[in-house]
Amino acid sequence: MSMLTSMVGWIDDRFPLTKVWNEHLAQYYAPKNFNFWYYFGSLAMLVLVNQIITGIFLTMNYKPDAELAFGSVEYIMRYVDWGWLIRYLHSTGASAFFIVVYLHMFRGLMYGSYRKPRELVWIFGMLIYVALMAEAFMGYLLPWGQMSYWGAQVIISLFGAIPVVGDDLALWIRGDYVISDATLNRFFAFHVIAVPLILVMLVFFHIVALHAVGSNNPDGVEIKKGPKGNRWSDKAPADGIPFHPYYSVKDIVGVGVFLMIFSAIVFWAPEFGGWFLEPDNFTPANPLKTPEHIVPLWYFTPFYAILRAVPDKFLGVVAMGAAIVVLFLLPWLDRSPVKSIRYKGLIFKSALAIFVVSFIVLGYLGTQPATPGRTMLAQFFGVLYFLFFLLMPIYSKMDKTKPVPERVTE
Amino acid sequence: MKKLISVLLLLVAPVAAFANTGVHLDSADIDLNNKAAAQRGAKYYVNYCQGCHALSYQRYERMAVDLGLSKEAVMDNLVFTGAKFGQTMKNAMPKADAEKWFGTAPPDLSLIVRAKKGGADWLYTYLRSFYLDPSRPFGVNNHVFKDVGMPDVLWELHGMQIAKYRTEKDDSGHEHEVFEGFERVKPGTMSPEEFDAMVRDLVSFLAYVSEPAQLKRKSMGIWVIGFLLIFSILAYFLKKEYWKDVH
Repeated sequence: MSMLTSMVGWIDDRFPLTKVWNEHLAQYYAPKNFNFWYYFGSLAMLVLVNQIITGIFLTMNYKPDAELAFGSVEYIMRYVDWGWLIRYLHSTGASAFFIVVYLHMFRGLMYGSYRKPRELVWIFGMLIYVALMAEAFMGYLLPWGQMSYWGAQVIISLFGAIPVVGDDLALWIRGDYVISDATLNRFFAFHVIAVPLILVMLVFFHIVALHAVGSNNPDGVEIKKGPKGNRWSDKAPADGIPFHPYYSVKDIVGVGVFLMIFSAIVFWAPEFGGWFLEPDNFTPANPLKTPEHIVPLWYFTPFYAILRAVPDKFLGVVAMGAAIVVLFLLPWLDRSPVKSIRYKGLIFKSALAIFVVSFIVLGYLGTQPATPGRTMLAQFFGVLYFLFFLLMPIYSKMDKTKPVPERVTE
Repeated sequence: MKKLISVLLLLVAPVAAFANTGVHLDSADIDLNNKAAAQRGAKYYVNYCQGCHALSYQRYERMAVDLGLSKEAVMDNLVFTGAKFGQTMKNAMPKADAEKWFGTAPPDLSLIVRAKKGGADWLYTYLRSFYLDPSRPFGVNNHVFKDVGMPDVLWELHGMQIAKYRTEKDDSGHEHEVFEGFERVKPGTMSPEEFDAMVRDLVSFLAYVSEPAQLKRKSMGIWVIGFLLIFSILAYFLKKEYWKDVH
C-alpha cells in the first residue's frame, strides 16, 4: 500500500473523505447531454471564490469610516501593491456575478429545472439571489462615493413608505436620520461577515439539494427513472456520467473562456462604459449635494423600473418586492406536462421571449431618468413581467407540447 | 447558436446607450503613452491650476517615476508650495477662504477625469468653453458647466470669446435658443491651435493622475489574456480526450 492510500485510509476511518468525494464528484452521475447553459453554475462558484479572496485583501487596507473610506479606496488604487488589480477584480466580479447568475436562472427557466423534484434547489437558489442582492447593495456603499451615498439614501428611504413602522424601520436600519458613518460601519459588518456566511451556507444547501435529486438536463428527462447501468456502475443511470472527471474537465474550459472575457474587462475597461463603475462614484459622498440623476447599478434596474412605474410609493415598494417573491413560486405555477422548452409549445416559448424582452427593457428604463413616456413603457412591460408568472398556470396547461423521448438526446 | 448570439448582443447593447450627455463634447484625443505631453501638462497644472485645486491622492514622487522625471527636475520646476518630494500635490489656498471667494471650495482634481461622464473629452471641452457673461461674478460663464463658480484662469492665453446663439422653432411652435459656436472677440497670447494643444497636454496629465496604474494595467492585459488563451486551448483538448468515450 502506498503512502497516499494509507493516509487516505487513516482519514477515512475518522472522516468520510472518500465517501464525500465519491458522492459529490467521482460517483455523482450527471446527465451526459449538458450544453452551453450548464457552465454558469460552476462559474458562479468561481466568481464567489474570487469575491471572497479579493474581498479579504481589500479589507486589509479599506477603512470603514465616513472620513477615510473614499481616500482608502484611492490609496488601494494607487499605493497598495497590485491594489488596483484586486479592486477591479472585486468590482468587475460583482457585475460578473449577476451576469452569471442571471444566465444560470434563465437556464432554469428554459429547461424547467425548478420543477418537481427540484423545488428546493430552486428555492435555495432564489435565496442565494436575494442574499446576493443584499451583499451587492451594501458593498456598493463602501467606496463612499456620491452614488454610493445617494443610492443607499434612496433605497433605504423606501422602507419609510411602509405604513406605521416605516420611518422607525428606516431609522433603525441607518442608525441615523441620514446615511452616515454609523450606516457605513454596519453595512461593512454585514458585507464582510454576515451576508457572506449566509451566502456560503446557502450555496452548500443548494448543492446538497441538487446532488440529492440529481441534475436536470436540456431534455428535462429524469435519468434516474430511465434504464440503469453504465460503464462505471450497474446501478447508476445509463445516461449519467461521473461528474469528475468529465464535467470537471469540461467546466475548466468554461473557466478559461470566462476568465478571458473577465480579464479583458478588468484590464481594458474596468468601468465598462460607466456600467460597472459609475463616473459619479469617483466624487466623494456629499450629503449636501444631491446628484442630478440617482440610479442603482445595472443589476437592480429592472426592479427599480417596476418601483418607479407605480405612482404610489408604498405600492411601488410592494410591486418591487412582489417581482422577486413571484420567482419563488415558479415551481408551483408551471403546470406543463413537460419540463424542457425543447418539448414545450409555441405559447410557452412566446411567453418566455416576452418575459426576457420585458426584463431587459425594464432594466434599461431603470437606468434612465423618468419621463411620462418612459413611465408608461415601464408600466406596460412591468405588467408583462407579472403576467408571465400569473398566467403561467393557465397557459402552461393549454400549451401544445411535443412527446418527450425516453432517453436524453445527443 | 443564433439565439445565443442574440442573447449576448442584447446583454452588451446598453453599453452604447450610456453615452448621451446633452452638450456636444470635442474629442480630447490624448495619448497616455506620450510622456512628454503629460510632463508639459504637469507644468501647466502647477502654474495655472494648483493655486486653487489640490491633487490630494497624487504624490510628486510617484509622478516623477511615472512620467520619467528626475527628483531635481520636479523639485526645481514643479514644486512651488514648499512641499517635500514624497508629499501629495496639495494646493496653497485655505478652504475657508476659498469658500468665501468662490462660493464653494474648488474641488480636488485627482479624479476629475473619471468623475465626469465623457471623461477627458468633457474636461477638454470644458476648459475651452468659457465665454463672456457680464451677469456672472467673474464676468464669464461656461457652456459645458453652466454657472460654474470657476473664473476663466486661462483667459490670457486664449483671449476672450462670446457664445453665439440662433433662435429656432420646434414642431410645436416653441422658440429655442440653439448654440451655434464661439466667436473670439479679443485674441490671447496663444493662437487657437496652440491653446488647444496646451489644454490637451493638461488633460493628458489629469487623465494620468486619475488612474496612475492605467498604463501598466493596459499593457499587462495582453499577457494575461494570452496565457488564458493557451490555457483554454489546452483545456479544450484535454476535455476532448476525456470525452472520446462518452459519445
